[in-house]
Amino acid sequence: MSPHGNPEAPASSATEINREAPKASPAPQEHTDHAWGLWEVFVRSSRGLSHVHAGSLHAPDAAMALRNARDLYTRRNEGVSIWVVPADAIAASDPDSKGAFFESPQGKDYRHATYYTKSEGVKHL
Amino acid sequence: MSEANASATRITPGNALRPEDIALEVRTGLAKPTEDTAEYALRLGDDALILAQRLGHWISRAPELEEDIALGNIALDELGHARSFLSYAGGAMTNDDGSARSEDDLAYFRREHEFRSVQLFEQPNGDFAATIARQFVVSYYQFLLYSRLTESKDATLAAIAAKAVKEVDYHRDHAAQWVLRLAGGTEESRKRMIHGFRIMWPYVEELFRDDDLTGRLAEAGIAVAPSSLKEDFDRLTGEVLTEAGLEVPDVPAAPGGGRQGKHSEHLGYILAEMQVLAREHPGASW
Amino acid sequence: MAAQNLQSVPAELTAGTSETAEADGQANFDRVIAEDSRIEPKDWMPAAYRKTLLRQISQHAHSEIIGMQPEANWISRAPSLKRKAILMAKVQDEAGHGLYLYSAAESLGQNRDEMTDALIAGKARYSSIFNYPALTWADMGAIGWLVDGAAICNQVPLCRASYGPYGRAMVRICKEESFHQRQGFEILLELSNGTPAQKQMAQDAVNRWYAPALMMFGPPDDDSPNSKQSMAWNIKRFSNDELRSRFVGMMVEQVRVLGLTLPDDQIRFNEDSKKWEHGPLDWDEFHEVLAGRGPCNSQRLERRREAHDGGAWVREAAAAYAQKQSMKTKEYAA
Repeated sequence: MSPHGNPEAPASSATEINREAPKASPAPQEHTDHAWGLWEVFVRSSRGLSHVHAGSLHAPDAAMALRNARDLYTRRNEGVSIWVVPADAIAASDPDSKGAFFESPQGKDYRHATYYTKSEGVKHL
Repeated sequence: MSEANASATRITPGNALRPEDIALEVRTGLAKPTEDTAEYALRLGDDALILAQRLGHWISRAPELEEDIALGNIALDELGHARSFLSYAGGAMTNDDGSARSEDDLAYFRREHEFRSVQLFEQPNGDFAATIARQFVVSYYQFLLYSRLTESKDATLAAIAAKAVKEVDYHRDHAAQWVLRLAGGTEESRKRMIHGFRIMWPYVEELFRDDDLTGRLAEAGIAVAPSSLKEDFDRLTGEVLTEAGLEVPDVPAAPGGGRQGKHSEHLGYILAEMQVLAREHPGASW
Repeated sequence: MAAQNLQSVPAELTAGTSETAEADGQANFDRVIAEDSRIEPKDWMPAAYRKTLLRQISQHAHSEIIGMQPEANWISRAPSLKRKAILMAKVQDEAGHGLYLYSAAESLGQNRDEMTDALIAGKARYSSIFNYPALTWADMGAIGWLVDGAAICNQVPLCRASYGPYGRAMVRICKEESFHQRQGFEILLELSNGTPAQKQMAQDAVNRWYAPALMMFGPPDDDSPNSKQSMAWNIKRFSNDELRSRFVGMMVEQVRVLGLTLPDDQIRFNEDSKKWEHGPLDWDEFHEVLAGRGPCNSQRLERRREAHDGGAWVREAAAAYAQKQSMKTKEYAA
């Protein structure tokens, strides 16, 4: 799949910069690297709620985009379901994944500030 | 609810078990492994610990930032399993001063020949393909092992396995996805994937070797006989290898011996690095 | 981790445009800023605003990514398995924060590869604090407490930055970082209450990281001409000196709990200005490090370059595989 543009980015942004500041506009760079496409990520935080846009990431294809999104956006139990959207397609995580998809953050409570009880009572920490 | 009671409710399969819960069980005497069971837990704990140590090296060095995070998650999962198994194993072991051995006593104050991990886990990361090859073998092995271990008559082993199996199920998927991509990507990546499997495969056989300990424990319904996992391992990994157009490497098996404390040259370096600070300050708390 | 205020606005971009076609856009932009509302990616925005944001966000992202290195350096040697897990999670979080920020920058029309290319070519800046070496385990404490502490001071106001995607990325980052500073504090507390050797290790680390942490807030206000424009655009909410003073006040209190001292005997609370004051900082050193002549500049960039270049074959393989798969799907459909 070819790299996708950023759906949030204005199509005309480059030309606007050109028009206003010709001196400061670098020529578009050629990429010899096979850049991975950009995917937008939507996370449903719990059943009954809608998927909410969480951010974006890079991935070579939908399968890897989902896995990268799982690792990037649900490290703290933030999600029970993920959508990744390239340009015009939507892919959703497998609802039959038997919990394996979201098991890892369970029990890793050192990721939360409340785990660090010794600093209780200290201001601005 | 008392501290001990609170933890007793956690040691049930399906709960989000933390290493601290196991350590508490052991401290309060609620979980007390036999010597055999402790030795078995030590083996599984050492496997996971050495793997976590290896994988941790990738964080800040992976081929793409997204993969830094993916490998980091896997390393953290393995480290969590290691801590649980080692905490449990320590319940049947004592330090020279008579105190029970903690996860850290076991991780930082044992020498090479006292480690019980099989040699596959200590193999160098190599390039990304070699790491994926090792990861592929390891995650299928651990998935099958933990799946069966959830039925152990030892409640603590069963509980650790129940938490771990879901995580390694994901590791298995991660590794398989990459095997397919590297084998089916470019000419170079295919070459590297094949090479990765060739250098890891000699250490596969050791994973499935039975010995007296596993014999006794398997019979008692506590452990899983390693050899009994081989058929499923061959079938499941075979499916992915076939899809990737790869063959099982035709390489001779290494003699292994990690379960008896015989290791490759690599483990010494791993321990030297891992233990250096803790050993500089024996008895210190961190 | 670190939002360092290095951004500057090129002079040619600050000149106003008189094009009538843009009058409406400018009016709308001005209204949104005046209302203290948020600019979103598809809104019209002045080129200088876009450029300033791109520079600041990409520098911030690079700082997270380069900032992984001094701490990753200690993952293998962490002295307990609990600390190893915490450190791994933290360094991994930093990769995540870098990604959130790159993604905010990409919404401004520049892709991540361009930003990475600029970084490894040595053309992009990142927080100069990461060009200092992490020499002992206590540095993991000092980095968490002082460096992340300073970063949080900088970042909390950025959650209200006028550019929506930047503010949203900062909200997520601040939420996740609440554990970063606390774990650093606890590392130092353990060391301070530990053996004499441990306590000395902690004090030594605080001594080395204190001044670089204060300099993370950027040059003094009278030497930071572009801050004004950033504040007018509601990107920046407080001046460098204001944030620095606030930070010093917090550290003064916390260092007592740690049982350690700050290497600065000129810290005092100015009753007139109601602000905390500190001793002089070596801004020559700051500019030297910024210009690439710091202790670890070359090492940090080389490591990033190695990972990126060394990983090219993997990225290419995955892209090639994806392309083959999508062609197969198409053939099947046809």
